[in-house]
Amino acid sequence: MVEDRSLGSKLFNITNAILLGIIALITVLPFLHVIAASFTTSAELAAKKFVLFPTTWSFDAYRYIFSTDTILKAMGVSIAVTLGGTMWSMLMSTLMGYGLSRRDLVGRRYITFFVIFTMLFNGGMIPTFLVVQQTGLMNSLLALIIPVSINAFNMIILRSFFQNLPDGLEESAKIDGCNDFGILFRIVIPCSKPAIATISLFYAVTYWNTYMHAILYISDSSKWPVQVLLRQIVVLASGLNYDGAAYTDIPPPEQTVKMATIVVATIPVLLVYPFLQKYFAKGALLGSVKG
Amino acid sequence: MEPQLQGQVETLTKSQIRSARKKEIWKNIKKNKLIYLMILPGFIYFFIYKYIPMYGLVIAFQNYQPYLGITGSEWVGFEHFHRLFTGSDFWMIFRNTLVLFGLQLFIYFPIPIILALMLNEVRHHMYKRTIQTLIYIPHFMSWVVIVSVSFVVLTLDGGIVNGMLEYFGFQPINFLMNDSWFRPMYILQVIWREAGWGTIIFLAAISAVDPQLYEAARMDGANRIRQMWHITLPAIKSVIVILLILKIGDVLELGFEHVYLLLNASNREVGEIFDTYVYTAGLRQGQFSYSTAVGFFKGIVGLILIIFANRLAKKFGEEGVY
Repeated sequence: MVEDRSLGSKLFNITNAILLGIIALITVLPFLHVIAASFTTSAELAAKKFVLFPTTWSFDAYRYIFSTDTILKAMGVSIAVTLGGTMWSMLMSTLMGYGLSRRDLVGRRYITFFVIFTMLFNGGMIPTFLVVQQTGLMNSLLALIIPVSINAFNMIILRSFFQNLPDGLEESAKIDGCNDFGILFRIVIPCSKPAIATISLFYAVTYWNTYMHAILYISDSSKWPVQVLLRQIVVLASGLNYDGAAYTDIPPPEQTVKMATIVVATIPVLLVYPFLQKYFAKGALLGSVKG
Repeated sequence: MEPQLQGQVETLTKSQIRSARKKEIWKNIKKNKLIYLMILPGFIYFFIYKYIPMYGLVIAFQNYQPYLGITGSEWVGFEHFHRLFTGSDFWMIFRNTLVLFGLQLFIYFPIPIILALMLNEVRHHMYKRTIQTLIYIPHFMSWVVIVSVSFVVLTLDGGIVNGMLEYFGFQPINFLMNDSWFRPMYILQVIWREAGWGTIIFLAAISAVDPQLYEAARMDGANRIRQMWHITLPAIKSVIVILLILKIGDVLELGFEHVYLLLNASNREVGEIFDTYVYTAGLRQGQFSYSTAVGFFKGIVGLILIIFANRLAKKFGEEGVY
């Protein structure tokens, strides 16, 4: 394509670039502010209100939140649920996704519909709650994993990916004496790294961000994941809670402490994000086109 | 006699074909038994955690008592639905759900399209990538983080926004406890979290546009804005229409977590939606049957809307979602 080099076009480019730059800045400024403010003193934050680079560095907020093991415990829970959950979900989704990708399978369309129907209709919160209760998962970290073992959407994406692999791969493996499990684990999975990476990351982010299931199924506060603790510290301490009871008996934590808690709850996602952005985008496209 | 005979022969072959087919199917199943074994764990998962709860919906027609279970509880017919539709709460939830959905449709929906159009015009590849990287970030933050960051920025207790208001001589606003700020806050957070991520699908559609079209338009003297308007936008029209239709199928899916985190005693009148209502009535107040009825109603309406939306989407010549 020949570039348009007229003055109007150049002006357009510049304006557009500047506008987008501003939008991107507005998007990330609140996060930057929170990160910077968590590393400064309460006094500086109170005086300046907005901090992008602390003039007086202070790790007091972090010292405070790590002075008890509450946050460490919650981090431990979140990490365990994220690692365990992602592995479990990937195993379940890959097995089912690969199974359903085999075109010669009798009844495959019925089973696929069986799965897809759950995306359109479900029992809802209360009946699901009762099933989780009756399967003995209440107050167990497994309640955050087992009831969401497979995300139907993710499984379908994996299935579509497996389906598009060349058939010759499987055939040659079969001739070499591989059974179906061998084909899956030795041939198909190694050939599907981009899809596996994308879906693993989707699962990992979901597990790290898990919140609703924790408030539904976990009442023991020592088993709370980071997200629930964050809500406790920032959202509830910011005013009334949902039931109308004021949290006046507990002094609200200092602003810098809230900021530090947010940072801690976000760090894993922030660390992983830049490296894996290309996978995320590809995966989302895969999902939106194939669905 | 002859036609009868013919008939017999025909049924014979039919049944033969059928049994041959059955054999074929059995052979296939036997050959694929390992594949069925792979599907089994997933199948069991969906059965237990997705289908048994669907059966559990019958408690909407009972006075469910946990110690009596589904088989022992008393049947009450449509009593809970009657209570829902005649109660004043219903209209409050219904209105709130519709308003929040309207905000999503009219305010949020166009934004990713505009952003995608703008991003597509960026000529500098690295710059484009950087912008994309930055605006995708919030999508990966949990609602708790999004709401928490908003709260520390908006709070009366030294938040930057109120600091600025005071600096410019305005009264500080209690955004978090004020019911008139609930809706603006809700939609701004939706935009913040999802607008960037929402550009992906539009950018994909744009990338399929034939570059020759732009060249031809330039020959005809179209400037950049006119090219955008007359070529890019029409090219992605079908994607826009499909997404719009599908969005309508999702009217009731506003997100429990987000709304629940924003709710407090002072904004319940404008903020309570079906999902949060089910949670409070059911799990907080222990009205299992009543709140199951509420959830059931929501589920049925949602299902109808999705099927309707999907039909409509197919009519527009696309594959639909399922």
